[in-house]
Amino acid sequence: MAQMTMIQAITDALRTELKRDENVLVFGEDVGKNGGVFRATEGLFDEFGEERVFDTPLAESGIGGLALGLTMENYRPVMEIQFFGFVFEAMDSVAAQMARLRYRSGGKYNAPVTIRSPFGGGVKTPELHADSLEGLFYQTPGVKVVIPSTPYDAKGLLIASIRDNDPVIFLEHMKLYRSFRGEVPEEAYTIELGKANVVREGKDLTIITYGAMVKTSLKAAELLAKENIDVEVIDLRTVNPIDVDTIVQSIEKTNHAVVVQEAQKQAGVASAVIAEINDRAILSLEAPVGRVTAPDTVFPFAAAENVWLPNEKDVVEKVKATLNY
Amino acid sequence: MTTNLEQTIEEQFETLQILNVKGEIVNKSADPQLSDDELKELMKRMVYTRIWDQRAISLNRQGRLGFYAPVAGQEASMLASEFAMEKEDWLLPSYRDIPQMVWHGLPLVKTFLYSRGHFEGGKIPDDVYTLMPQIIIAAQCTQTAGVALGLKKRGKKNVAFTYFGDGATSQGDFYEGLNFAGAFNVPAVFISQNNRFAISVPVEKQSATKTLAQKAVAAGIKGIQVDGMDPLAVYAAAKNARERAINGEGPTLIETLTYRYGPHTMAGDDPTRYRTEDLDSEWELKDPLVRFRIYLENKGLWSKEIEDEVVETAKEDIKKALKEADQIPKQKVSDLINNMYENLPQNLQEQLEEYRKKESK
Ligand SMILES: Cc1ncc(C[n+]2csc(CCOP(=O)(O)OP(=O)(O)O)c2C)c(N)n1
Ligand SMILES: [Mg+2]
Repeated sequence: MAQMTMIQAITDALRTELKRDENVLVFGEDVGKNGGVFRATEGLFDEFGEERVFDTPLAESGIGGLALGLTMENYRPVMEIQFFGFVFEAMDSVAAQMARLRYRSGGKYNAPVTIRSPFGGGVKTPELHADSLEGLFYQTPGVKVVIPSTPYDAKGLLIASIRDNDPVIFLEHMKLYRSFRGEVPEEAYTIELGKANVVREGKDLTIITYGAMVKTSLKAAELLAKENIDVEVIDLRTVNPIDVDTIVQSIEKTNHAVVVQEAQKQAGVASAVIAEINDRAILSLEAPVGRVTAPDTVFPFAAAENVWLPNEKDVVEKVKATLNY
Repeated sequence: MTTNLEQTIEEQFETLQILNVKGEIVNKSADPQLSDDELKELMKRMVYTRIWDQRAISLNRQGRLGFYAPVAGQEASMLASEFAMEKEDWLLPSYRDIPQMVWHGLPLVKTFLYSRGHFEGGKIPDDVYTLMPQIIIAAQCTQTAGVALGLKKRGKKNVAFTYFGDGATSQGDFYEGLNFAGAFNVPAVFISQNNRFAISVPVEKQSATKTLAQKAVAAGIKGIQVDGMDPLAVYAAAKNARERAINGEGPTLIETLTYRYGPHTMAGDDPTRYRTEDLDSEWELKDPLVRFRIYLENKGLWSKEIEDEVVETAKEDIKKALKEADQIPKQKVSDLINNMYENLPQNLQEQLEEYRKKESK
């Protein structure tokens, strides 16, 4: 099996789907000849030509509208928003248009659009490049939101997203792009959207997390193991919808939970996860659900990222506080 | 088939050039008649800025500066237009337009702090009329209409100048900004610096129009295309646009034909992936400093000694500003929290306590 970085796994998934289905089109700003500002579409322009992989004029609302329009002729657009902070420019085309197309047409039309976009802190980008805005799209019925945490997941989830017949927002954490490699099968495979993954089994407490915080939580789990605290870690993989069954099953075993997200406390999906736990598993809990999040400020200026982003120490502390409640 | 209408629109957008690449005046009637001191000052600013750009690039490579978008090649486009501004005119810059901010009065140290991602970089001194650099492409265009409407309502004899790229003209905000400015007939000057690329995408792929200047037509405002490597043409166009704005004759869109010699930003862009060396050299031949230097030397206004002195001053200023930047305390989360509201709501008050405790450990 090939060892790939997450960005390579993403390119591989795009190539797989461009080959398999001639209706798949890849477009956005700088995705053509330049291969994307992160090289996610590297080589695809040469391999598939400008008919399939192309640059658009610089306008995110235009890109979103173009994608929706192309679905009317049965194309399967994979559009890129160069950085997810720019999604505000496309908010109408995504949240007010694509998300409602199926509903408004009584099921006659649907928008099988995949919106790929980098996001995430720790790489010192300028403003509005790194923000965790998945919570906005958790609050948007009609779309799905996927956030992979490994190269293997990235390929399987991206292929599943492209094949899905509803709009899927596929968020790629920049810190994970090249920070490590993992095994990625050469052939096409899918990972079911809406299903979480138990990435570490444990009996004392359940950590529910996603994105770059999966690694952070696993590191925290290692540290806690040295103190004989046995933590289970759930990677949500999809944050809209949330896989409540996997969460509830785990909490019924551990009776304790901590939700970890990179987003601010009032953003992200931590509060939604806690509300689901409240609805379904409150009687299994021996302590209130803990939360590790960033503070409720605008995403920090680059030089303050390291003090602003949650880290494994924060997770360790919160796990202990929850267990010692 | 080209219709007559299209023909007449495009005919109206010939490129204004006053100083050719050899440093000769080719359009005497349009010469803005700058005084000798003004000519020297403008040259000084361009030389200074080129040195600063070179230093900023190497400081970025050493990790001593953060985000930086190179400007070499665009000095005339940036600085000769800013030269037409009055101190109390508002500036609405993009991420690349840091030099205009400095020549409009912003201390150099602020730009270094901005580059490093420190909020002190955005704290603009009271007597400097500029917004922070805009990251969201073309967002400054609609805001410019607002600033200019404010100036008009206040009865001030000032103008709002905004800068953006060629790619920016594809955004809805660009059209909306021009249209609002025209509809309210406000004192605004929109400067599209057409450096031919939006990151990797050539301007030909942004739009089917032959010029960007002609986009003014749809908004019912004046549009003009100038040789953006010619300091005199850029200045003349900006000066004229400012006068028209002050006289209530409405906003102007200026397209400057220019080029950025360097990468898009210092964050990994590789121009060899999307442009040829031939194109680079073709534009380097049009260099604004080269032709302005010849022009000034022929007038007896410039010499190697003067140039060396400017270079030295620039280097000294940069050193001092860096030192100053190094002395600014690191940002704490509690600082960031305190930047959020006039009165902190309950959640942030609670978090402020929490972080203060952590920070005092
Ligand atoms: C809304 C938005 N979309 C995309 C970007 C990413 N981006 C930054 S600069 C740039 C190209 C801008 O090109 P142009 O307007 O020609 O200005 P230049 O950089 O050439 O000065 C892009 C796509 C952004 N900052 N904001
Ligand atoms: Mg440009």
